[in-house]
Amino acid sequence: MIEFKLPSLGADMDEGKLLEWKVSPGDTVKKGQVVAIVDTSKAAVDVEIWSEGTVFELLIEAGETIPVGTVMATLLEAGESPLAPPAGRGVGGEGVSAGRRRISPAARKHAEELGVDIESVVGTGPEGAVTLADVEQAAVKVSPARTAPAPDKTLDRAAEMRKAIAAAMSRSKREIPHYYLSEPVPMHRATDWLAKTNEGRPITSRLLMAVVQLKAVALALKKFPEMNGFFRDGAFQPATAAHIGVAISLRQGGLIAPAIHDVSEKTLEQLMLDLTDLVKRARAGSLRSSEMSDPTITVTNLGEQGVAAVYGVIYPPQVALVGFGRIVEQPWVENGALSAMPAVTASLAADHRVSDGHRGALFLAELRDLLQQPENL
Amino acid sequence: MEESELRAVVVATLKTIAPEVEEGDLRPDRPLRNQVDLDSMDWLNFLIGLHEKLKVDIPEADYARLVTLGDVLDYLKAKLK
Repeated sequence: MIEFKLPSLGADMDEGKLLEWKVSPGDTVKKGQVVAIVDTSKAAVDVEIWSEGTVFELLIEAGETIPVGTVMATLLEAGESPLAPPAGRGVGGEGVSAGRRRISPAARKHAEELGVDIESVVGTGPEGAVTLADVEQAAVKVSPARTAPAPDKTLDRAAEMRKAIAAAMSRSKREIPHYYLSEPVPMHRATDWLAKTNEGRPITSRLLMAVVQLKAVALALKKFPEMNGFFRDGAFQPATAAHIGVAISLRQGGLIAPAIHDVSEKTLEQLMLDLTDLVKRARAGSLRSSEMSDPTITVTNLGEQGVAAVYGVIYPPQVALVGFGRIVEQPWVENGALSAMPAVTASLAADHRVSDGHRGALFLAELRDLLQQPENL
Repeated sequence: MEESELRAVVVATLKTIAPEVEEGDLRPDRPLRNQVDLDSMDWLNFLIGLHEKLKVDIPEADYARLVTLGDVLDYLKAKLK
């Protein structure tokens, strides 16, 4: 029996409210399939499953708020028989945990709609299970005045999000000994290359500098794995791939930093498609659980708002954050000659428990060098 | 296309990116991206929206000329002639 638990949806997300199941008992599921939609303070998240099997029982009802790690459903592995469940489980049908009252999800849902207290309904089904018919029977007894309208579900998302960000950032500053470095990076080659590349393209397939920067960060991480991964249980766990969290500000306030997966393996064109899609979905409040929980590092680009540089706060349990300021023409001296150079300040905030300033400096130098060869990104 | 009609298309496209925009608050002579807080992704999506609705081609080299709402309207008017 496989237990499907509510996955972590990021450091600032410790609970979620089930909005909807996308599967029913008896359905077979594949790795990566969206099985439920869970509301958090930041977005309605499509929760994916990472095991394969057949859905046996849904243990959580729509509308319930549950902490991360709660078993939401059980699944049968291939070849496992529903008639031989592990000890402590009910047999067959919907299955049930020991001591749990048997109420079919449909009955529970219907009871909610009708304003019936499900716990007070007498079950007449097998083993005293509460059925749809029992709920309807009980509803007749409920006076119209007691049939409460649906509770006011208006969630002050902005306030909730502020609280969530506050919790994660307070934890970051409490636990992570940050160090900060910055480096001016000449961008004439990258801006020229981008202008030339976009010149021949229809507007719908043009690239943004943001994807050039993301790819450069991902490639630099290959040589500096200590910037990429998680610090958990007192130890650093390097990540095997660069899943870069992209800080996206939301128009109604707040921000979210979901991941683009495997950035180092993708072409700039693919990254542009991914980024466009991610920004659109982040703003519409529709993200996947893996995007919320997977980022192995975060990149923030506050240059858009016109600041010269940004020194970020690491999003735990990540161990580094790369920031880009605005690309601006500035006086530049090279080999004794003065010129006007488009340049950007790249910064690194990193976790001193995992890396030192020396390695951080080499990382930024690598990033700078990669951005001098945009055609190789 | 009448100027008022063109303006309506531009504002409607802007609202798909920034739904909070009130048309009355838009100053035609002030930089649009500052007034509406558009990052480069928003800006690109805004121009893609105009491209799709009006069938005009907007080369990247022209972006620099499109600063205010007035600039955008003048540019599109010339393109649609």
